[in-house]
Amino acid sequence: MSVIEIMFWFLSVMALGAAVMVVASKSPVYSILFLILTFFAISGHYILLNAQFLAIVNIIVYAGAIMVLFLFVVMLMNLNAESEPHQKNKWVLYIGGISGGSLLLVIVAALKKTVATTQLVQMNNGEVGLIKNLGIKLFTDYVFPFEISSVLFLSAMIGAVVISKKEG
Amino acid sequence: MLLSIGLPLIIEKFVLIVIVVMSSLVIAMYATFAERKVAAIMQDRRGPNRAGPFGLLQPLADGLKLFFKEEIIPNLSSKLLFILGPCLAMLTAMMTGAVIPWGDKVHFFGRDISLQIADVNIGILYVFGVVSLGVYGIMIGSWASNNKFSLMGGLRAASQIISYELAMGIALIALLMTTGTLSLKEIVQQQQEHWYSWNIIKQPLGFLIFLICAFAECNRTPFDLPEAENELIGGYHTEYSSMKLGFYLFAEYINMFLSSSVMVSLFFGGYDIPFINDASLAENIGTNWVALIHTAVFLFKAACFLFLFMWVRWTIPRFRYDQLMNLGWKVLIPLALINMLATGAFILLQQNNWHF
Repeated sequence: MSVIEIMFWFLSVMALGAAVMVVASKSPVYSILFLILTFFAISGHYILLNAQFLAIVNIIVYAGAIMVLFLFVVMLMNLNAESEPHQKNKWVLYIGGISGGSLLLVIVAALKKTVATTQLVQMNNGEVGLIKNLGIKLFTDYVFPFEISSVLFLSAMIGAVVISKKEG
Repeated sequence: MLLSIGLPLIIEKFVLIVIVVMSSLVIAMYATFAERKVAAIMQDRRGPNRAGPFGLLQPLADGLKLFFKEEIIPNLSSKLLFILGPCLAMLTAMMTGAVIPWGDKVHFFGRDISLQIADVNIGILYVFGVVSLGVYGIMIGSWASNNKFSLMGGLRAASQIISYELAMGIALIALLMTTGTLSLKEIVQQQQEHWYSWNIIKQPLGFLIFLICAFAECNRTPFDLPEAENELIGGYHTEYSSMKLGFYLFAEYINMFLSSSVMVSLFFGGYDIPFINDASLAENIGTNWVALIHTAVFLFKAACFLFLFMWVRWTIPRFRYDQLMNLGWKVLIPLALINMLATGAFILLQQNNWHF
């Protein structure tokens, strides 16, 4: 096994293991910490794919900002295993299991159709993940979706301000 | 990239990492000493002068004292997270050092060795990412202590760091627009030509915003609300004792040193020697000596910033919490945005030969 393969497997096990622990751990704070670990593993995958910009932005935005807010909320509400409402309705569990399982099925089916099934990871071929190329792509080929998504973010921001200003 | 790592490179980087980590620890150690001395001078006292000549062994004595104190882990805390907190604080404090160019290069054993651990082309974003992770050590530690005052200190720290990160990021964007690169090495090299090519000349407002945000990110006075002693009894590290407390206190000094280094590289020419043409100097006295002078100049500049941190601490009183938030959100962010827009307009005009 080459270094890349070892790293790929290490990161994959880390991502999947941490993702399972997000669901499995009793305390919400631990769940969030495992989710952060998952983000780090995914960032590692981005680096293996030569997408350094995406990797670091993933860490800054998700691990550095959004997860901090999650942690904030959980800590302030003091959620823990005891205060968690016990789910009485068995049907909800079944429905959740079935819909999650079918989503997994769809993803696996979609992935089976992809071209590179034998290749583990694409290293070093593809320069689009580097910041310069990515910027050029975003502002030439994909400028319309890019601007549309920024309008979406702006409206979300304004919406957040409006909601937080209840008695305006 | 990752595939073709030779053994000499691994050894070279390993040695460099050890040196950088060790020297930032030692510098942070003596920063604690310097802080007490500076405070003493400003308050017309003598400061620590018992351990060793001029009290120079005082940091060692402090460290030993912390090691010999009793370790207390609160009964109702989550033990793993309680230990993880200070470790994370220390780790994130040390990580920034990886992308800072401490000097140009040295020539040993027939190899050019760059005095930078990793010249990644996203250098500044890496610094930014590490800074945004710095909040976890505080938050996890404060929550795991299972103490209301700790949690309050932790929440204050987190909201402060998040608020000031934004202005810091926008100030950096304006800087990036003038430099056109994210690599710290290239940014430093661009500033080598003249003393007036330092970025502080091009981005004075950006530097001011960055400086204020750096104070806030390091939890230094006037932004030391997270540990405000007289309201929060020490803030997020109330429940900590022994070396775990030491880690938190120490991480602050490492953060101070490394953020000084980042400011030096971004705005003050990095290892550039002012008024001297480095290339011709290298021809005269050899690469290694120039590298030594470069590193010394770099450390001197960083030391000036460290002194500024201390000077401000013993001069300016603490903000009130609403003042802190107002400054962050209503003053610094709009200023940073204006700075960014003005820089953009300026660059566009310049590219258009000053025609509208």
